[in-house]
Amino acid sequence: MTPLLTADNLLLCAGPRTLCSGLSLRVEQGQRWGLLGKNGAGKTSLLHTLAGLRTPREGTVLLDGTPLAALSPAQIAEVVGLLLQESVDALPSTVLETALLGRHPHTKNRLFDNAEDLAIAHEALRKLGIESLAQRAVNSLSGGERQRLALAMLLAQRPRLLLLDEPSNHLDLGFQTPLIHLLLSQARGNPEETIISSDSVSQGAAVIMATHDINLAARVCDNIVLMIGDGETLVGKAVDVLTEENLAKAYDCPIARVENEGRTLFYPL
Amino acid sequence: MSQFQPFRLLLIALLAAFASVLVSLLSGSVELSFDDLIAYTVGDIPALQRQVLEDIRLPRTLAAFVTGAALALAGVLMQVLLRNPLADPYILGLSGGAAVGALASIMLGLGGWWLSGTAFVGALVSVGVVFGIASRSGRWSTTHLLLTGVVVSAGWGALINLMLSTSASASVQGMLFWLMGDLSQSRVGLMQIGILITGSALALRAARSLNVLVRGDLVAASLGVHVNGLRLSLFFGASLLTVIAVTTAGSVGFVGLVVPHMLRLTGARDHRLLIPFSLLAGGTFLVVADTLARTLLAPQQLPVGVITALIGVPSFIAILRSAPSR
Repeated sequence: MTPLLTADNLLLCAGPRTLCSGLSLRVEQGQRWGLLGKNGAGKTSLLHTLAGLRTPREGTVLLDGTPLAALSPAQIAEVVGLLLQESVDALPSTVLETALLGRHPHTKNRLFDNAEDLAIAHEALRKLGIESLAQRAVNSLSGGERQRLALAMLLAQRPRLLLLDEPSNHLDLGFQTPLIHLLLSQARGNPEETIISSDSVSQGAAVIMATHDINLAARVCDNIVLMIGDGETLVGKAVDVLTEENLAKAYDCPIARVENEGRTLFYPL
Repeated sequence: MSQFQPFRLLLIALLAAFASVLVSLLSGSVELSFDDLIAYTVGDIPALQRQVLEDIRLPRTLAAFVTGAALALAGVLMQVLLRNPLADPYILGLSGGAAVGALASIMLGLGGWWLSGTAFVGALVSVGVVFGIASRSGRWSTTHLLLTGVVVSAGWGALINLMLSTSASASVQGMLFWLMGDLSQSRVGLMQIGILITGSALALRAARSLNVLVRGDLVAASLGVHVNGLRLSLFFGASLLTVIAVTTAGSVGFVGLVVPHMLRLTGARDHRLLIPFSLLAGGTFLVVADTLARTLLAPQQLPVGVITALIGVPSFIAILRSAPSR
């Protein structure tokens, strides 16, 4: 079967620096990938490249077997959703209006909203626990509420590939676990989802998340891309990549690992 | 917002537009009654009244409405393009270029079509200069575009001051009227109306994408919007609309900045609603302002730009104060 996303021999540069070179990935439906590396290692640039917002210096990205370059932005947006680190609200709208923007790639009517899109947007707000804020102006929200709204917009988009840039930013520790379960339920293919969406996406979405939180990635990701710097990357199963030596090399500091109640935790020494 | 409310708001705006046109047609030195208007529609009206209506009031009212609508729409588009609530149709220096062209005509004693012709050329030069600088550096970032516009405006401002200070005092009053915006000689033809209608239809078609673009270029691109193409269309569309406004009435201030914001503050943030709303409200606003400009101190005519600011400032402050600070 064609993988959902294939990256083939990517070379990404930022000015004179090489962010990654010769990077190849095969992301299948239902997989959960973690993207780790120091600040400035190129996590965001890689995510943007996979979303088609940035052209790699070398190499290609294939979505369902088709090169991104051969697809229109609208075609990509029907499949790929991207959570950005920052949002702009110079001309603010309400929370509900913003969540509805997530339906943009799927909406054919240029003027009127249909009931299904509204239901999907409300559902996304409910899942993120911000339905009571629906009529509030976006610029009156706190940082954490904005992050939940950005996630609600992403869920409303119903992508088959979720690219998340620091999804746990601004979120309370107590909400991080439910959030992760929510995102994983996207990856597993939630039966609730298939009732509303008529297309045959029952296999579940794939998730690729960039995060600075090694423990979050260790807990929820089955595959890891570790960006070490100078273009070197380690790609593989989480258990193989997340070792003390690899992490120490990537983060330039000694890192120790402990097992507790069936979980693996890493902490800097 | 319930499904019903937008339509009610639009209906109110439509009625207000209709009322403003009616009042404008009935106000002036020659008495015209509502019955005369009815008589006109069936072709049974005295010659003097017919002439006043056909040659003076109808064309001037139409010019005011088209200019106001074009400016308000251009303001909406510029605010999205620059993602800046302070943007107005003139922010990229277009009115400065048009002013230099128009003032040159006045200086040389040329009137009529020369005035709008040279203003048109000046505006195009300004659009070309800003576009050239912004695209040559390859950076279409909002800040870069805004800075380019502000600097180009400053350059035109210096030329305008130079022309004002070196002109014969007899022509300076005409120049000041042009700079403040004045509809006394204004006429619009099929071209202006055609541009306004086409521009409005295209803007409405892109309204959903504008809602997304307001949230940032990256958000818009990740939601499938062709960001560069849309921003280029916004730049040229807003410029063209502003060109038809300034070549018709000079640089009428305030409409393009304040009308979109008043509507945003009253809840019309969605561009599917804001675009038709701005067209109606902008047109209405300028028709009302122009009616006041020619009747307040009659027979003395005031520049309409003075009136737009005089009504605009207090009403904007009122709305700003009453808007819920949610």
